[in-house]
Amino acid sequence: MTRISKAFQNKKAFIAFVTGGDPDIETTEALIPQMAAAGADLIEIGIPFSDPIAEGVVIQAADERALKAGVTTDKLFDMVKRVRGTVDVPLVFMTYMNPVYTYGTDRFVKRCAECGIDGIIVPDVPFEEKEEISGACVASGIELISMIAPTSNERIEMIAGQAKGFLYCVSSLGVTGIRSSITTNIKEMIDHVKKVSDIPCAVGFGIATPQQAQEMAAVSDGAIVGSAIVKLIAQNGRNCIEPVCQYVREMKAAVVSASCV
Amino acid sequence: MEAKKGKYGLYGGQYIPETLVPAVQEVEQAYDAYKKDPAFQSELRQLMENYAGRPSLLYYAEKMTKDLGGAKIYLKREDLNHTGSHKINNVLGQVLLAKKMGKKRVIAETGAGQHGVATATAAALMGLECEIFMGKEDTDRQVLNCYRMELLGAKVHPVTSGTMTLKDAVNETMREWASRMEDTLYVLGSVMGPHPFPMIVRDFQKIIGQEIKEQLMQMEGRLPDAVIACVGGGSNAMGSFYEFIPDTSVRLIGCEAAGLGVDNPKNAATIANGSIGIFHGMKSLFCQDEYGQIAPVYSISAGLDYPGIGPEHARLNELGRAQYVPVTDAEAVEAFEYLSRTEGIIPAIESAHAVAYAKKAAPEFDKNQILVVTISGRGDKDVAAIARYRGVEIFD
Repeated sequence: MTRISKAFQNKKAFIAFVTGGDPDIETTEALIPQMAAAGADLIEIGIPFSDPIAEGVVIQAADERALKAGVTTDKLFDMVKRVRGTVDVPLVFMTYMNPVYTYGTDRFVKRCAECGIDGIIVPDVPFEEKEEISGACVASGIELISMIAPTSNERIEMIAGQAKGFLYCVSSLGVTGIRSSITTNIKEMIDHVKKVSDIPCAVGFGIATPQQAQEMAAVSDGAIVGSAIVKLIAQNGRNCIEPVCQYVREMKAAVVSASCV
Repeated sequence: MEAKKGKYGLYGGQYIPETLVPAVQEVEQAYDAYKKDPAFQSELRQLMENYAGRPSLLYYAEKMTKDLGGAKIYLKREDLNHTGSHKINNVLGQVLLAKKMGKKRVIAETGAGQHGVATATAAALMGLECEIFMGKEDTDRQVLNCYRMELLGAKVHPVTSGTMTLKDAVNETMREWASRMEDTLYVLGSVMGPHPFPMIVRDFQKIIGQEIKEQLMQMEGRLPDAVIACVGGGSNAMGSFYEFIPDTSVRLIGCEAAGLGVDNPKNAATIANGSIGIFHGMKSLFCQDEYGQIAPVYSISAGLDYPGIGPEHARLNELGRAQYVPVTDAEAVEAFEYLSRTEGIIPAIESAHAVAYAKKAAPEFDKNQILVVTISGRGDKDVAAIARYRGVEIFD
């Protein structure tokens, strides 16, 4: 069983996102094991990109901070390798296709495997273009995470049928970022998936409060939170570890409580 | 040029978030249907003739020809179109398509403001809402065009993310489209982005080359020896080149913005300095660093200040069918002034890049050879910036 499957085994998962190298590599390196200890079942590490078209302003700003601080893909690989020596939590890279392609797709995915990365999410590679990277992922045992969106409708079966690891269910139209309410019928989306696949479904985009996390986890297999964590990092800089972990504990508790509903 | 749907050799494709895939596929299906619809084509032709003022002139630049002492030079006068540039060709097509698709609202990116002005114009004409995304740096250097868009009823959003120029305007327009596509079409301004946009924009712009061929046949009874156009994303160049791709005797020359020089970091010469990447929905050539971070490019011309190039240009370059040459700010400004003085035509600073190369190349051709230079737009919008470049402060 892969680390990603274990994260969803007999439980709902709380998935935490951080932008790698924001505000610096050392802080990210310290955050990852601490977030795992605080209850994060899977951690997504964003490789910053100059032009992140699927991100809202909070993660855009984090990408800018990290790049300004001199973070590179190689520095993140090295950091992940060190962290993997101390934690068993599944680690997933989230980035755009250009940093992967430019690094050399095969070389990039091989390095992911060497450093202990479990999966990769590439939001600008939809189902129709996934051959760009899927072959390399299969060869190296890296799970390529697929996404479905509120607009996917009849595409859901096709995407879910070939999805690996877990299915990232985008809760809302638009970009990542904190939302006061989520209006998409998530249950209907997930039911659609479950008709064709038993792949775990985690909901992301817009989730910030424990109540939202609980509601989303209640109808799915987990909740993904990015911007709300990144905002805490922006506010607290290098002193972010305690506030982030406190937040992770609250969100994890909310997700766990959804299992009992 | 398309081997497989939306691919130009290995270039092109549809690299966009899942949220946008159905919207892009909807455009693809609608365009496939309307492309073959005689009523749509006839309505578009009417608009091109009675509204945009097509065909545009093919003008024999006699003074320039004599002055340079080489090839005979013709100027394709896209600057004479309504709204002052070639952008109107594409926009009339896409906004008409939006209307037929039942959309109520169009959104677009703009660099110099020409595509924004054209989109706002077509939206006003066809009764659609219009919102334009423009880098803050460009709203500052193209104040007149901003106000022009507002006069036309559009809302202009200055984009303050990233480098605050054209690429950031594209990012922001994509983000906006992902949040609202039900009633909205993204009217892309160049032969770039995800399929089907490079194809649609080329199809709506190829009238430039078709007219060049027909007009030159009437005037000279022959094909040109070279067609020269400026390239940012590459829509006026693709429009000028496309008809001539099978005519291998015709050299196709794209002029890229080299800013302060191809060896200076401040340039936007994608073919000269770029490498293959995947960005803004397409696999193509981009100015980027070793880790695939998109470079903050620079040109005096806001319309060429883009770190990529359309995928079909990348393919033409790879095949050697078209050739791409860098032209610096200094050369473009000199050509801007030269064409104004010599022919009484003030070209857009973008188009001045093509004029600059033609000036250099013309003497190398025989007197019986013919160069066609596409003047993609008029230069009124650039007068204040050129004055500043020359150290004259005027307020526009």
